[in-house]
Amino acid sequence: MAMLTNRRKEVAVAASLVAPFVLIFALVFLYPTIRLVQLSFTDSPLIGAGNWIGLDNFKRLLSDRLFLTSLKNNGYFILLTVIPTTALALGIALMVTRLRGKLQALALAIFFLPYILPVPVVTHIWTWMLDFQFGVLQPVITFFTGKPVAVFKNPYWVMPAIAAVTIWWTNGFNVLLFIAGLRNIPRDYYEAAQLDGATRWQLFARVTWPLLWPVTALVLTLQLILQLKLFDQVYLLSSGGPFNSSYVLLLMVYREAFQLNHGGYASAIALVLFVIIAALSVLQFQLLRVGGRR
Amino acid sequence: MTRTRKFENWMLTSGTFVAAALWIFPLYWAFITSIRTEERVVSNGAGIIPDEFKLGAYIDIIRNTNLINWYINSIATAVIITIVVIVSGMMCAYAISQMRFPGRRILYGVVLASFMVPIQALVVTQFILMNDMGLINTWAGIILPQLVVPVVIIVYKQFFDAVPKEMREAVVLDGGGDYTLLFRIYLPLNWGITTALAIITFIMAWNQFLWPFLAVTTEDQMTIPVGITQVNDAFGVFYARLMSVALLGAMPVAIAYLIFQKKVTEAVMISSGVKG
Repeated sequence: MAMLTNRRKEVAVAASLVAPFVLIFALVFLYPTIRLVQLSFTDSPLIGAGNWIGLDNFKRLLSDRLFLTSLKNNGYFILLTVIPTTALALGIALMVTRLRGKLQALALAIFFLPYILPVPVVTHIWTWMLDFQFGVLQPVITFFTGKPVAVFKNPYWVMPAIAAVTIWWTNGFNVLLFIAGLRNIPRDYYEAAQLDGATRWQLFARVTWPLLWPVTALVLTLQLILQLKLFDQVYLLSSGGPFNSSYVLLLMVYREAFQLNHGGYASAIALVLFVIIAALSVLQFQLLRVGGRR
Repeated sequence: MTRTRKFENWMLTSGTFVAAALWIFPLYWAFITSIRTEERVVSNGAGIIPDEFKLGAYIDIIRNTNLINWYINSIATAVIITIVVIVSGMMCAYAISQMRFPGRRILYGVVLASFMVPIQALVVTQFILMNDMGLINTWAGIILPQLVVPVVIIVYKQFFDAVPKEMREAVVLDGGGDYTLLFRIYLPLNWGITTALAIITFIMAWNQFLWPFLAVTTEDQMTIPVGITQVNDAFGVFYARLMSVALLGAMPVAIAYLIFQKKVTEAVMISSGVKG
């Protein structure tokens, strides 16, 4: 009998411990997720009721050129950021780990600092750096192209420019992961290889790189998922323009829902993004587990 | 060490510092711009060496914008978010890690699954919900959707799992319950990770743009990141002021980072599953 009441008491205590999280989670996460699915099958405005229209929203998506453009731009942005930022972060991490003590802390702080800045701070600074008339980088651009370029108003420059700003902003996070990975490689490996007369390049190719592969896979997949959620920088730097050349999925969700008042259609687009990212995350989880990390 | 090796080392170290100088240059340039007059900023002679120290742009920003309001909103919402996220996450993680109750595995599964879901995709329906509850343009409206941070539970669970079982016995023999265990044993043993998680949660909440941008429409209710985008519209291209407001907005998190650099580094590494 005592055992039973004890058991009941434990369950009650456990319930009280998980309650705050579970209640918040149900209210602002689970319920909106269910509503998202439900809304995507209706023609509702943002606020107010609508009619059930079955799969019409999704059919419409397939022939919506702006949706296809957005999807393409999301893909293009991934190409411009994921591998470049991973390679750059690896290079910086290798350079920073060579340093010792205070010098290392200083270098790490410099490369990491942009990551903790609010995104409008980053976009304000780069709007100024790249200002058509007075931007400090325009002489550099002029040197290579012969004339100044209004990068965020030019359909060819806009995505690479946003990608570069994004890399400057977020690269510190990747550098940190690589440094953690490098610190986990036992020093004896290098000493042994050096005794055998290995060159700097051999050390990297035979010791560092293979042992760093799990972290590299982590960085690549994290970046892939992160860059799909692109919104802030595009909204603040180019608002999707010019001629929709930087229009992306999340921007489309925002426009449809909050400017055009199409709650149902916006939900359908958001649901597509939701499914793509959830699928990629599951894949990532499996990949990293197979890689022996968890 | 051979002579060529030494030379290579020297080259690599100088290369690192050239790269670091280039990396920090945008922030340096923003600072130099902010302490010049608007006329000087766009004049031909405005080089990359500081030649003026004028605080006019900063004074103008503080006088003529809602900056003080935005600071208050940002500090209040970020602090509340941090406290609720850490306390609720810690309690939930303790129950999952140390107690037996029906639904424990399912709950942890849900936490792991929600870690994989993009919260940005939920903004439309979160907005509808907050609007139905009458919370648009309130602190509660800014805060509520930011309270689900599953990674805090995942990290705490790993740390609680690692606490030796013998630590429990003394408390249990004295008749202490699970709340006593959590707040007298498990929390003090994990102060390090708690402060690290709290700092990174605060920085992330401070920097949040998309949700506060949607949840607030009146200027005096805005947080710093949303508010400073308004300055752009109000002034047009007055770059000294734009850079001052950007730096003023970045200051609190930049200072928090520089003071707690080690903690931030630790939190980022641990919450991504890489041990440093």
